[in-house]
Amino acid sequence: MSALQKMMGWVDDRFPLTATYKAHLSEYYAPRNFNFWYFFGSLALLVLVLQIVTGIFLTMNYKPDSELAFASVEYIMRDVEWGWLIRYMHSTGASMFFVVVYLHMFRGLMYGSYRKPRELIWIFGVLIYLALMAEAFLGYLLPWGQMSFWGAQVIVNLFAAVPFIGEDLSIWIRGDYVISDATLNRFFAFHVIALPLVLIALVAVHLVALHEVGSNNPDGIEIKKHKDPVTHIPLDGIPFHPYYTVKDIVGVIVFLMVFSAILFFAPEMGGYFLEANNFVPADPLKTPQHIAPLWYFTPFYAILRAVPPMFGSQFPGVVAMGLSIVVMFFLPWLDRSKVKSIRYRGPIYKIMLALFIVSFIGLGYLGLLPSTPVATIFAQVLSVIYFLFFLLMPWYTSIDKTKPEPERVTG
Amino acid sequence: MSQEVDGQKVDARKRRFLIAATSAVGGVAVAGVAVPLVMSMMPSERAKAAGAPVEVDISKVEPGMLLTVEWRGKPVWIVNRTPEMLDLMAKHDDQLADAKSEQPQQPNYCKNATRSIKPEYLVAVGICTHLGCSPTYRKEVGAADMGGDWPGGFFCPCHGSRFDLAARVYKNVPAPTNLVIPPHQYLSDTRLLIGVDPSTDHLQGS
Repeated sequence: MSALQKMMGWVDDRFPLTATYKAHLSEYYAPRNFNFWYFFGSLALLVLVLQIVTGIFLTMNYKPDSELAFASVEYIMRDVEWGWLIRYMHSTGASMFFVVVYLHMFRGLMYGSYRKPRELIWIFGVLIYLALMAEAFLGYLLPWGQMSFWGAQVIVNLFAAVPFIGEDLSIWIRGDYVISDATLNRFFAFHVIALPLVLIALVAVHLVALHEVGSNNPDGIEIKKHKDPVTHIPLDGIPFHPYYTVKDIVGVIVFLMVFSAILFFAPEMGGYFLEANNFVPADPLKTPQHIAPLWYFTPFYAILRAVPPMFGSQFPGVVAMGLSIVVMFFLPWLDRSKVKSIRYRGPIYKIMLALFIVSFIGLGYLGLLPSTPVATIFAQVLSVIYFLFFLLMPWYTSIDKTKPEPERVTG
Repeated sequence: MSQEVDGQKVDARKRRFLIAATSAVGGVAVAGVAVPLVMSMMPSERAKAAGAPVEVDISKVEPGMLLTVEWRGKPVWIVNRTPEMLDLMAKHDDQLADAKSEQPQQPNYCKNATRSIKPEYLVAVGICTHLGCSPTYRKEVGAADMGGDWPGGFFCPCHGSRFDLAARVYKNVPAPTNLVIPPHQYLSDTRLLIGVDPSTDHLQGS
């Protein structure tokens, strides 16, 4: 026995290192028919690591003080060695995180990855998405620019719309009667400690749940139904390592090429990743002429704006925006189709999914625009489509004409 | 009530009682520790004390002009309304959501047609009642982008809410209520004190 094997044996007697490696990598059997859409889970993990690492180095020079914050970000950009690169990696990473997460969620919608027995994976995933949105929102205040300030002002005021307790709730969140130094300092604490811990914990349970039931695949059938009688390994399964680690490395390389292109040539992405107004220090007395949230929030922002005030309160709009995310949790139970994957679904689901994507992108576009009566009507129509995709799902998935699923995975 | 586990008698009722009692005591401890943590996020004594009143010299505010001052970290507008403005302002009550200022968005002494102590001076907190942006002063009568019949007022760039020159909200816009009129008083013809009611000398809580 070699020295290395002896050492591994010593560790394994005290900690299940080899067993963990086998369970999650070398003997975790994933369906052999993963396609392009299966890159985004591992890419999301990559971006999470990137954000944590760059974030740690940013905190070394950033000052969470309303007097110093804006200047400290400019200091990072101009005077800190490689500071510009670390900051742009972090800001580009934030947008790219949402790019890969949205594609990852779309994959789930296409192949029914949220269906039984993967309901909890989906629920953990939606929780990750919520935590990610909170993390992005909190982080956006930190540069203390105009958009930071007024974006936070608008979002915190959403809580003030809650009947009865709203006013006190928003004061509690801000720690002051206006967005101020107290708010900045606590957002910093949540952004760098509290939410990253929550995110990592949620990612861990997301993966544990996934590895418990096994991955779905583009055919939406269970590979565990057909196992080798002797080895009990799914006949359509291949070990995650080396097969999918190698596949994912290809994805990582392509992703990093895109990421670097943005990072080096268009870190502001024409104002979509870093808004022009955020290069102006926060001014509590003056709202910029046009304020819009960053692109990844605009679909929900458009829903918020689409709902007019009722009974002298803007609360209904806030509720609609909240429900547009909460409704995702119920997806596993709204879908009554006999099949999981879009490959075997009927035309109605395909049309509904297409409409849903159109409404989501359309709302995202409208959320970027200033509010006009015409834009509001479009936003109202698209908001209704957004909700009908979910609310009518029990009906249209049960009447849809499905094709028979194959016994074994295809191509 | 008892049951057998591994050949030993277990008193299930006692066990349930002990679990419930432990959970209850633990819950009280968690709640007790949570109170100081949650309360530490409320405004500090320093933040509460920062709401001092602001004195403004309004002699330089010419007719039609808007002056913004900061009070409790919020923009407060002082608009010197011309007689023409006041005249136009009285003619669109039917387009307003709360023309008579029924909602308690102003001190009682400003619950009148002009929402002010002196008809010419509007003193209002320049924070939209929708989601807290600061609306833009649009005094140009008939501005094309505001619709040809615009009588002058305020427009919120964030979500398109409109207010007239008495800071009253129009119907069918996102903002639900009129802008807030802060407590204020005139110390003399040209000196305005924001944050204190005229009748009393003590500071108003927010």
